[in-house]
Amino acid sequence: MLGTRSIKTTAKAWAIDLAIRMVDLTTLEGADTPGKVRALCAKARRPDPADPTCPPVAAICVYPAMVPVAVEALAGSGIHTASVATAFPSGQAPLEVKLADTKAAVAAGADEIDMVINRGAFLSGRYLEVFEEIAAVKQACGTAHLKVILETGELATYDNVRRASWIGMLAGGDFIKTSTGKVPVAATLPVTLVMLEAVRDFRDLTGRQVGVKPAGGIRTTKDAVKYLVLVNETAGDDWLDPDWFRFGASTLLNDLLMQRTKLTTGVYSGPDYFTLD
Amino acid sequence: MFEYAPAPESRAVVDINPSYGLFIDGAFVDPADGASFKTINPASEEVLSEIAEAGPADVDRAVAAARAAYDKVWSRMPGRDRAKYLYRIARIIQERGRELAVLESLDNGKPIRESRDVDIPLVAAHFFYYAGWADKLAHAGFGPAPKPLGVAAQVIPWNFPLLMLAWKIAPALAAGNTVVLKPAETTPLTALLFAEICQQADLPPGVVNIVTGAGETGRALVEHDGVDKIAFTGSTEVGKAIARAVAGSRKKVTLELGGKAANVIFEDAPIDQAVEGIVNGIFFNQGHVCCAGSRLLVQESVYEPVLASLKRRMARLRVGDPLDKNTDIGAINSAAQLERIRALSDIGGEEGAERWSPPCELPDNGFWFAPTIFTGVTQAHRIAREEIFGPVLSVLTFRTPAEAVEKANNTPYGLSAGVWTDKGSRILWMADRLRAGVVWANTFNKFDPSSPFGGYKESGYGREGGRHGLEAYLDV
Repeated sequence: MLGTRSIKTTAKAWAIDLAIRMVDLTTLEGADTPGKVRALCAKARRPDPADPTCPPVAAICVYPAMVPVAVEALAGSGIHTASVATAFPSGQAPLEVKLADTKAAVAAGADEIDMVINRGAFLSGRYLEVFEEIAAVKQACGTAHLKVILETGELATYDNVRRASWIGMLAGGDFIKTSTGKVPVAATLPVTLVMLEAVRDFRDLTGRQVGVKPAGGIRTTKDAVKYLVLVNETAGDDWLDPDWFRFGASTLLNDLLMQRTKLTTGVYSGPDYFTLD
Repeated sequence: MFEYAPAPESRAVVDINPSYGLFIDGAFVDPADGASFKTINPASEEVLSEIAEAGPADVDRAVAAARAAYDKVWSRMPGRDRAKYLYRIARIIQERGRELAVLESLDNGKPIRESRDVDIPLVAAHFFYYAGWADKLAHAGFGPAPKPLGVAAQVIPWNFPLLMLAWKIAPALAAGNTVVLKPAETTPLTALLFAEICQQADLPPGVVNIVTGAGETGRALVEHDGVDKIAFTGSTEVGKAIARAVAGSRKKVTLELGGKAANVIFEDAPIDQAVEGIVNGIFFNQGHVCCAGSRLLVQESVYEPVLASLKRRMARLRVGDPLDKNTDIGAINSAAQLERIRALSDIGGEEGAERWSPPCELPDNGFWFAPTIFTGVTQAHRIAREEIFGPVLSVLTFRTPAEAVEKANNTPYGLSAGVWTDKGSRILWMADRLRAGVVWANTFNKFDPSSPFGGYKESGYGREGGRHGLEAYLDV
């Protein structure tokens, strides 16, 4: 079933617009500057300057130091500012540092925090430690939404992914997210399937809905649509919403825009017709 | 709501002739008495083509052509040359795969996703696999120079028309036999396209002969004095009649008959994966599968979550146009089969089992049956004992591994079984005790040309596929 649906015409147009609205437009580089972040924010507001019907993305995702720039650039747009935190991407820092990192990002105006779990503790079986760290970060977030990055590429097995998903949800995460994008294996369909099953089962059991965010390696419209089909057929309709499903991506957006234009005009325009920010 | 727009595969890739003759001695010929029947698209009841009906005189002619080709050409040809023809056929099947897949879905009613991704690739794989054996028969474990049998009479069912043809023809030809094959009367079209492929591959005339018709044609073929070997896949009832008819004759027989496979779910199985396996086991190909996992045995401790998960999954199955690439369940192959599924399902209800189907809209024309499960089924119910051959699952429970084995084996059939557990040792323990030709562990309906397939008890005898499949076509 994974990736064998054929999504065409009206269904494709609907899926592309939804996918655009689900993008967490991301830049997480040492070379990030205020100028770079401002450019990305402009892109987030109007992904396709030539087409006012094109919806904005869900959020901008940056390092804590860039949060003030993003908050200012996005003011009044309704677009969320997400900040990675907790010694992203490795998470190899003392808990106090991780909490301070989180609090600083929230204080700077981030309303979404993307934390990394302690894989060192997880892989050595200290699950309680993983749980307690997430719970502490959740508390430090205050009203900001917490996305828990499992870094599934380092967890390696589906059993681990499922277990980490449950720890993340039980500890209070509002979203579970696959990857940092900083290790070779990022989001995959099978891993996302396991996580979607986990959030579905968790809601059946507790009544609380948790979101899912695959991140890293999703570059084409075709990929994005496969993820949406997976959401539709696993967790169901309730998750087909930017509040409950996000794509952590950067290059994906321009492919979505290119396919969107192709559907409306019938012809492919080259990459020069879409902004590089 | 994510509504999938129609995504139909194009019919334009395949040309269907308004009528077809019999394929005898390398050419299409008219039947002696001019009789014919119609083949229809079960999804719309539209007539696809008019097909010649072979009578005894035509069967005679086909067997004579096969005999002549056997004596003069095929049995004398070195194995490496036979292999070349088989490789050529396999390659043409791949090249014309789209055409074959569309035609199969049109004539049979199965979803294009299945004919495209399962049936046709397996057909090509079978020819490739047995092509490899053709010049290595001396190393197959049947002596230094095993000899072919002669003319093989092959009668195949409608559930996997071209795949069953491949299972029959590929090993027969590789071993040096010639064949007369009768496809099912509701699904003759891909066999006739295969006849064209034999012409395209320059296969010597008479090596493959295809006679179309219903039960009478099949009877004339298996009872013909000129055949040395009979291979039949179909119902247990007909299989028994064939076994009786050829008793005491020199003809060798292999039979692949019905099944009522148990699919056993232990409490430690990953439930979502097991549910995928249950769905694949019984709803694949509309349940028209002799090895379908039609009896679900669930350990009582996980009965509730498995059932809830199964129902949720079934509600996602898409029933409808077989040519739509998003269809999961296509049309029932014929009005007669639909009638049989309905009758047995009604009996299930009358006997006290609880019937459930997800809400699903069925097309007005054609033959359709919603995916259905029966809960509260016991071993005494007819729906737990008789093969329904449709998208109908009987759900039973068990408490211990020993009870699972006992219930799984408590059937006149023994074709296949499935085991779902996280424990490797339990898989081996179960496989040792299950009386079934194939035991799948944490998967279901998995086929490969190198793996032998066949039954215990009333599911028949002989094996098809793998090295074992050669034995049926060699004088050993």
